[in-house]
Amino acid sequence: MRRSRLWTPILFVVGLLLVSSVAWAQDGVVTVLGVWGGQELEAFQKVMQAFTEKTGIQVQFEGTRDLPTVLETRLQAGNPPDVAAIPGPGAMKQYADRGALVDLSQYLDMDALADDLGPAWIELGSYADGFYGLMISADIKSLIWYRPDQFAAKGYEVPTTWAELEALMDKMVANGDTPWAIGVESGAASGWPATDWIEDIMLRTAGPQVYDQWVAHEISWTDPRVREAWEIFGKIVRNSDYVYGGAAAVLSTNFGDSVNDLFTDPPRAMMHRQASFITSFIRDANPDVVIGEDVSFFLFPPIKEEHGNPMLGAGDMLAQFNPDPEAVEFMKFMATAEAQAIWVGELGKLGTNSKIDPAVYPDDLTRAMAEALAQAEIFRFDGSDSMPAAVGSGAFFEAPLMYVGGEDLDTVLEYLESVAQETY
Amino acid sequence: METAGWPNGPAPWAFLERGEGMKRRAGFWTPLLYVGPAVAFLIVYQLYPAIQTIVYSFLDRRSENFIGLENYRYVFTSATMVRAFKNNLLWVMFFTAGTVGFGLLLAILVDRVKYESLAKSVIFMPMAVSFVGAGVVWKFMYNYRPAGAEQIGLLNQILQVLGFKPIGWLIESPINNFALIVVGLWIWTGYCMVILSAAYKGIPKELLEAGQVDGANDVQMFWHIIIPEMRPALSVVLTTMLVNVLKIFDIIYVMTNGNYGTEVIANRMYKEMFQFANTGRASAIAVVLFMVIIPIMYYNIRAKLRGEA
Repeated sequence: MRRSRLWTPILFVVGLLLVSSVAWAQDGVVTVLGVWGGQELEAFQKVMQAFTEKTGIQVQFEGTRDLPTVLETRLQAGNPPDVAAIPGPGAMKQYADRGALVDLSQYLDMDALADDLGPAWIELGSYADGFYGLMISADIKSLIWYRPDQFAAKGYEVPTTWAELEALMDKMVANGDTPWAIGVESGAASGWPATDWIEDIMLRTAGPQVYDQWVAHEISWTDPRVREAWEIFGKIVRNSDYVYGGAAAVLSTNFGDSVNDLFTDPPRAMMHRQASFITSFIRDANPDVVIGEDVSFFLFPPIKEEHGNPMLGAGDMLAQFNPDPEAVEFMKFMATAEAQAIWVGELGKLGTNSKIDPAVYPDDLTRAMAEALAQAEIFRFDGSDSMPAAVGSGAFFEAPLMYVGGEDLDTVLEYLESVAQETY
Repeated sequence: METAGWPNGPAPWAFLERGEGMKRRAGFWTPLLYVGPAVAFLIVYQLYPAIQTIVYSFLDRRSENFIGLENYRYVFTSATMVRAFKNNLLWVMFFTAGTVGFGLLLAILVDRVKYESLAKSVIFMPMAVSFVGAGVVWKFMYNYRPAGAEQIGLLNQILQVLGFKPIGWLIESPINNFALIVVGLWIWTGYCMVILSAAYKGIPKELLEAGQVDGANDVQMFWHIIIPEMRPALSVVLTTMLVNVLKIFDIIYVMTNGNYGTEVIANRMYKEMFQFANTGRASAIAVVLFMVIIPIMYYNIRAKLRGEA
């Protein structure tokens, strides 16, 4: 009697565990780890729904703002999610080096994929003879925002080369206008808007190959080609004729507030360089402004002709951590125009699949961005997002603040180089 | 009693010995049962992490390979850490002197006014604000917009009204370090004042009256009666503030994140650990901070025990 009373519940629990673990192993469920919340999560849920309707496979999404930490913990515990939205190519290479990623080229029809996505996205996800990272959408960064009405009224023309841009800046100064509004304050991440500036310049003065070497720290931070990009940025940002409020305003203005200096009466500044997402900040602070009409963008102009006009950006990259067939199905689906159309249509992001119907984009301005992205011959991922964190979001965020604050450029670059040498 | 040799009464381990009285009441296991949970918690949550941290401080960023004193070399020689040490020293000097000095001054001053409890409440109130909250609020106080633009920050608005140029309080070195220390003072002075005020009120009236009868003036009274009488409370407050200031983190993290030359040790430790995933370095910084704080803690605990005795 006594014995059976003890054993029955234990047997029951063990049996339950066995059954459930079998269920887990055979799951028919794809687990996805991502940073998305709010509007982005809603959009992703619609994508997941479409996938489940099509294949009958359930998707389980786990969201965290602290993705690298959570992912690292689960990798070390031997329990990674099937798929994770990783920060970018830098992280992708690190995980691939550890053998944590599934080489998608074994499962996907790469020729068809290349046809859909275009070479820039294939290249971005490729590493060491494999294909590990699937870009599902992008934000573009090489954009300069301006007010067409102001430009028309003052006789300013949209520049198409760097020389034209410099001439325009001087014309504005002679006219009593301030060319730029720049703000690099962003709480604990202060400095990142300046890194985007430097990356955009570097891509155009040194070219994408040198840019890649720089991101991988194959060239030194004190290299003259890196130095040149900083100097060009410095010529603008350290000159209080060119930038509204001078260095002190650049350092203390939040990146999201800075663009508002275009909308004061009279405007405090004429131009603002920022990624596509700045439209939501403009809308929040200036409800009367019609995006695409009262404010528009032109592309950051080429500097050296031989390097053309590359596009700097960032985006959402998926990587697969378990070779389950269901997860492969999910990755295949995410590459399709059908899946991406839901995702980008909801969010105003730009899709990577070239077969997306432009009609899914919410407005003309987004369509124009998508076109600019499709036409860009060269796309490069945000460099600071691709470097190891101690440099990418550490010293490289900190260094422009020192430089804008008046620190000598050699000191700044030597500091960066010393951190890079300890880190890579 | 076999424990008679111990200086003051029975030895601390006397309960372990099965004396006659013990047998009836407690035995061996009962006291162990009482202290057991506390000791277990201490081991799991204090001792074990401390030892683990020391071990990590000799390993690399992923805690895989032994790299000797490399992390400590970074802690003591890198430009960033040297800057952090210098700033912490600045904090130690001005924050400690400021909180204890103003706290003492206020404790004595409010004693002489009728609305004492109101004044004390107001000065103590910042203590109720979270440090992060205080950082955010003061960030608005120090906000900078270029001359001519409408100022959001109170300080710069005042400057502008008076016809001066606005100042980038959090950006210009070395003003920014002092601007941050002021926030620390704003939070902690009230705490020092309350404790010192209690100690001040504890000075026997006869002693003060005797001083007055002997013809001591206010300054003499302060240095020769008040200060010596308040010494135990002063040393507790002083050491508490020292430990506080060495660990200072929230204000810096929220307001400048250590940029513009305001880095401090604890913020660097956070960055190395949680942003750069360098467990080795973060642990080495933690160990150094720990070593600096231990003697102060020791003094603090001794002062507290003396004060109670």
